[in-house]
Amino acid sequence: MKKTIITVIGKDTVGIIAKVCTYLADHQVNVLDISQTIVQGFFNMMMIVDANHADKPFEVLSAELTQLGQQIGVSIKMQHEDIFNSMHRI
Amino acid sequence: MINLFEVQETNKMIEESNLDVRTITLGISLLDCCDGDVDRLCENIYNKITTAAKDLVKTGEAISLEYGIPIVNKRISVTPVSLVGGSCCKTPQDYVKIGKTLDAAAKTVGVNFLGGFSALVSKGMTKSDRLLIEAIPETLASTERVCSSVNVGSTKTGIDMDAVKLLGEKILETAELTKDIDSGGCAKLVVFCNAPDDNPFMAGAFHGVTEGDTVINVGVSGPGVVKRALEEVRGRDFETLCETIKRTAFKVTRVGQLVAAAAAKRMNVPFGIVDLSLAPTPAIGDSVAEILEEMGLERVGAPGTTAALALLNDQVKKGGVMASSYVGGLSGAFIPVSEDQGMIDAVNAGALTLEKLEAMTCVCSVGLDMIAIPGNTKASTISGIIADEMAIGMINQKTTAVRLIPVWGKGIGEVAEFGGLLGYAPVMPVNSFGCDAFIQRGGRIPAPIHSFKN
Repeated sequence: MKKTIITVIGKDTVGIIAKVCTYLADHQVNVLDISQTIVQGFFNMMMIVDANHADKPFEVLSAELTQLGQQIGVSIKMQHEDIFNSMHRI
Repeated sequence: MINLFEVQETNKMIEESNLDVRTITLGISLLDCCDGDVDRLCENIYNKITTAAKDLVKTGEAISLEYGIPIVNKRISVTPVSLVGGSCCKTPQDYVKIGKTLDAAAKTVGVNFLGGFSALVSKGMTKSDRLLIEAIPETLASTERVCSSVNVGSTKTGIDMDAVKLLGEKILETAELTKDIDSGGCAKLVVFCNAPDDNPFMAGAFHGVTEGDTVINVGVSGPGVVKRALEEVRGRDFETLCETIKRTAFKVTRVGQLVAAAAAKRMNVPFGIVDLSLAPTPAIGDSVAEILEEMGLERVGAPGTTAALALLNDQVKKGGVMASSYVGGLSGAFIPVSEDQGMIDAVNAGALTLEKLEAMTCVCSVGLDMIAIPGNTKASTISGIIADEMAIGMINQKTTAVRLIPVWGKGIGEVAEFGGLLGYAPVMPVNSFGCDAFIQRGGRIPAPIHSFKN
């Protein structure tokens, strides 16, 4: 199964996870894992998701998430997991 | 499973340290385009390139989006044109025509550079090679995206001094024909010794005759990433320094390998090599000079510079080799002057001279690169500089190259502006003593004794 990594970084506020997860649920993207920290008021989250059954292609999801991030005031990035696997695993 | 720390480290490299894939270069053989008629040859070339590379830019952009890594350039390299044009070109004008065809094809498929307006003349020039070299100035002046290179020497064959002499003259002609853009035409011309067949970087890329029909070669980069990693180990010993460079080079190269494999698969083209070069850009924080300064030099050019560059080059290779299944091209640190803000600053501060740059080229991947010299420099002097650099490559069994820009109408201390990735450069002084009689001799320098390994 191909996994996708979503990172969300920005100033902490109410409902970031809710909004991102709602969007993902609306588009049939399954969340497999979430880790999140807050350092000095800075929100930092990584989600591992399965977007293989999503109702939209990767580039559209990626663009819409970026747009959603701009509305909430955070930066949202969507990347294929392979870039992290190849860099950090032999 | 991947953790938050690792994801952040990768994304910081991309966002803060300018980690990128510098180029995906599609090599295309033009040998099957040969024809007895130059117009038909041009038509064949145009059709082959626009068919083979029609999805190159689109594929590059899709990969960039999916992995979240910038892929700065999508480019094409082709078979050295002197081999293809030999069948029909009777005048330099015929070669200019091919150059314009290549330019049109590059524009159609949307690549920013196409390399391979080249000749391989390390032992001697055929009539076709000579016609192509004669056509270089007009081709570079009348095209936008075509890059040219000439291999004038190798460890196995020695140096063709007739070609060296001719190129000194052609570089000056190119400078004059492109004087409106500060002789920027010369930025698209590289003179090589031991040129690799699979180099993806411009302006010296061409698709060697040892290659298959089409191939994907990828050049990674990331001087900013290495610099940032070295900031963490300031003041520590050489073992720590070297280990840090190796680890960083490994990670950077893995990204290149991933992108190369993905591009090859999607375009259904064989994967050739990953080139491990550290290629700077004029952007702040994307500089090889800054890495050397981070190691402890006040300025690039200071005593210790050659040693620092030697260890950098070696560790980049050691770290990168294990990260990719095939490594090739130039693979090392590039030290272009105009494309690296740290180098420009060092020249302006009086720390870096042409002679020190020459010494540095003995231990790094390329050569005298993107160096602006006075426009009134004599052709024989340029040939002399080329000959010196070729000798370094020939004797040390490595690739060396010369990309000099005699800036028409400008003198020492003035600034030449090339724009974009090519940057700007202060005009550097050249040794004013002549070498006319040496260059006028003609003929070739024999292969060195250590070439006889049979």
